[in-house]
Amino acid sequence: MVQAEKQRDRIGAKYGMWLFLFTEILFFGGMFLLYSVYRSKYPVEFHASAAEENLLLGSINTAVLLTSSLFIAVAISAVKKGNYRLSVILQGATILMGIVFLGIKAVEWFEKIARGIYPNSPVLDKMSMGEILFFGLYYVMTGIHGLHVLIGVCVIAFMVYFTLTGNITRENFSKIENTGLYWHFVDIVWIYLFPLFYLIT
Amino acid sequence: MESTASECESFYHEKGKYKGILSWLMSTDHKRIGIQYLVALLTFFSVGVMLGLLIRLSLIAPGTFIGQETYNRVFSVHGIIMIFLFIIPGVPVAFGNFFLPIMIGARDVAFPRLNRFTWWTYLAGATLVALSLFAAGGAPDTGWTFYAPYSIRAKANITLAVTGVFVLGFSSILTGINFVTTIHRLRAPGMTWFKLPLFVWTLYATGWVQLLATPVLAITLVFIILGRVFGVGFFDPSKGGDPILYEHLFWTYSHPAVYIMVLPAMGIISEVIPVFARKKIFGYKAVALSAIGIASVGYFVWGHHMFTSGMSDTARIIFSFITFLVAVPSGIKIFNWVSTLYKGSIVGSAPIYFALTFIFLFSIGGLTGLIIGSLEPNLQLHGTYFIVAHFHYVMFGGAGFAILTALHYWFPKMFGRMYPERPAKIGWFILFIGFNVLYFSMFILGYEGMPRRYFDYPARYFPLHLVSTIGSWILAAGLAIIAGNLLRALFKGPKAPADPWGGRTLEWTIPSPPPAENFVETPVIRD
Repeated sequence: MVQAEKQRDRIGAKYGMWLFLFTEILFFGGMFLLYSVYRSKYPVEFHASAAEENLLLGSINTAVLLTSSLFIAVAISAVKKGNYRLSVILQGATILMGIVFLGIKAVEWFEKIARGIYPNSPVLDKMSMGEILFFGLYYVMTGIHGLHVLIGVCVIAFMVYFTLTGNITRENFSKIENTGLYWHFVDIVWIYLFPLFYLIT
Repeated sequence: MESTASECESFYHEKGKYKGILSWLMSTDHKRIGIQYLVALLTFFSVGVMLGLLIRLSLIAPGTFIGQETYNRVFSVHGIIMIFLFIIPGVPVAFGNFFLPIMIGARDVAFPRLNRFTWWTYLAGATLVALSLFAAGGAPDTGWTFYAPYSIRAKANITLAVTGVFVLGFSSILTGINFVTTIHRLRAPGMTWFKLPLFVWTLYATGWVQLLATPVLAITLVFIILGRVFGVGFFDPSKGGDPILYEHLFWTYSHPAVYIMVLPAMGIISEVIPVFARKKIFGYKAVALSAIGIASVGYFVWGHHMFTSGMSDTARIIFSFITFLVAVPSGIKIFNWVSTLYKGSIVGSAPIYFALTFIFLFSIGGLTGLIIGSLEPNLQLHGTYFIVAHFHYVMFGGAGFAILTALHYWFPKMFGRMYPERPAKIGWFILFIGFNVLYFSMFILGYEGMPRRYFDYPARYFPLHLVSTIGSWILAAGLAIIAGNLLRALFKGPKAPADPWGGRTLEWTIPSPPPAENFVETPVIRD
């Protein structure tokens, strides 16, 4: 979060980040609400559609994102201990994991699009209403989550730059700490998305 | 204090890195950002008023005047501009930005650069909305509520307008984060929670509502955009979607948004009444906590916008009951203001005229709110002008008059000039008459069954529509006098002293206009 140069307030910055995460929870909350309403309306179709998802790729992605969360957490500890080189390596690893996650996600998406399953497609429009809604929600929720991962990757790239240029130090680490909070949040959202789309068969 | 303070320059003269217009756009000074917001808000307000006058003009007599399609676009754009560009950002971004840090004894908000960013996002959102008016598809014709599924199928530039509102929402959220953090972290030594000025309390409650409600609108608007661009049919019955769900999500934000507009307005009134009654506010803690009460209960009443949309009876009864509950903290405020006035030696300056009018008009708005909050009258009145009248009494009579109160109360502090009292009071009188002629006739029209959003009507509604339209002209004349008076004072008014009204809050301890860093020394608050 942005703060005045003169009066650094680490706790204030953290307040700001937590408040921002509250708003993010409500933003995703709208999507989870739609999911709950439509799943209770079309339970059978939702369970049948979930079987179409690639459980193996989904599981790998879960592992990838969880590991990346570990990396960023250790990267923050490294900064606090003054080990900037290690921190940069770990932040780089987090970015790499984020990109791998997005790559796997893209493979899953394109595999479905190749089969003609995407919003407004002739194939999907012929399916039942429950299936149309399931795949609509799938694209929207994983898509907006993916966008958050992408933003996170870009922000961490800035953090690498800041760590290298001495803008982030063991005395002044709010930026990377708050980035870590954001990354964990993105991770947690996925922890909910994974069962809702892959495991409800 | 006075002698040291007069040595430092006002924030208008502060030389930053940039010159000219950039010294404003690039500024992180909360006061400069507040002034810029104020200018933008009043500009959009003027545009909104013009459109409102046009709506009234076209309803002056039965028969089509501006054409049905145009009529739909005009009332939609009137709503979008007034709601999303003027009254929702309204008090917090203009007066909140300028006075919140000063009132708690801080030099700026917690995140000054984030504050500047919200101003830019506001500009970006406003630009998108403006583009939607003139781009090829035609201005939005959905009403400001963007109800699905029409908003997904309509040919007009809904995507642009909705994206604009999404961006404006982002600006609103970030302002909320900034203010809540500021109030938690930057209070001057000794400024405990129950010593906070009441305006700050309401900004705090508003900040939380902005935080907790706006994201819901954001995601709902994203669904509309996705529906239009990619054909995702979450609200499209032909694809299994449920349009009622759109209404639920929309009002989950848009009802709390009413409190984003009205809570800080109440804060202004709570500042002005004690100053001009020459008394301490009656029941400080009750007034402070009732703001929190309104904010939290207000989150659970959205269903009363949808009594006629299709809901179970249980849900309707619960929503109706909670709606009545909101009247309790609102009533606490009204009674405390009136008790403050009781046995006070009231000074009849312009700001108190507007503040008292707020109490009068907001009470009418609030009490008619109880009528339509009850299930049976609601079913009769929901689709009529009664709602339009109620809405304008709360929004314009409430939030709008509070902004006029704030303009007259804080004008000397913000611009360092005094305005003449007489024209302000004449303007106020004409505005007050015009307002009631314009909107009270709508209560009667609605009660007699005149449906809202219609471009034409049967002859039997003609007399009251004519009265209402004449009222709109009186109202416009009043606004013009008020605006002319203040604009003239901006350039020709005599210099304002630090404390022209005898105010007790911190902004009156520093020169008018305030110096760049507000305080020479951080103030310490003692009893």
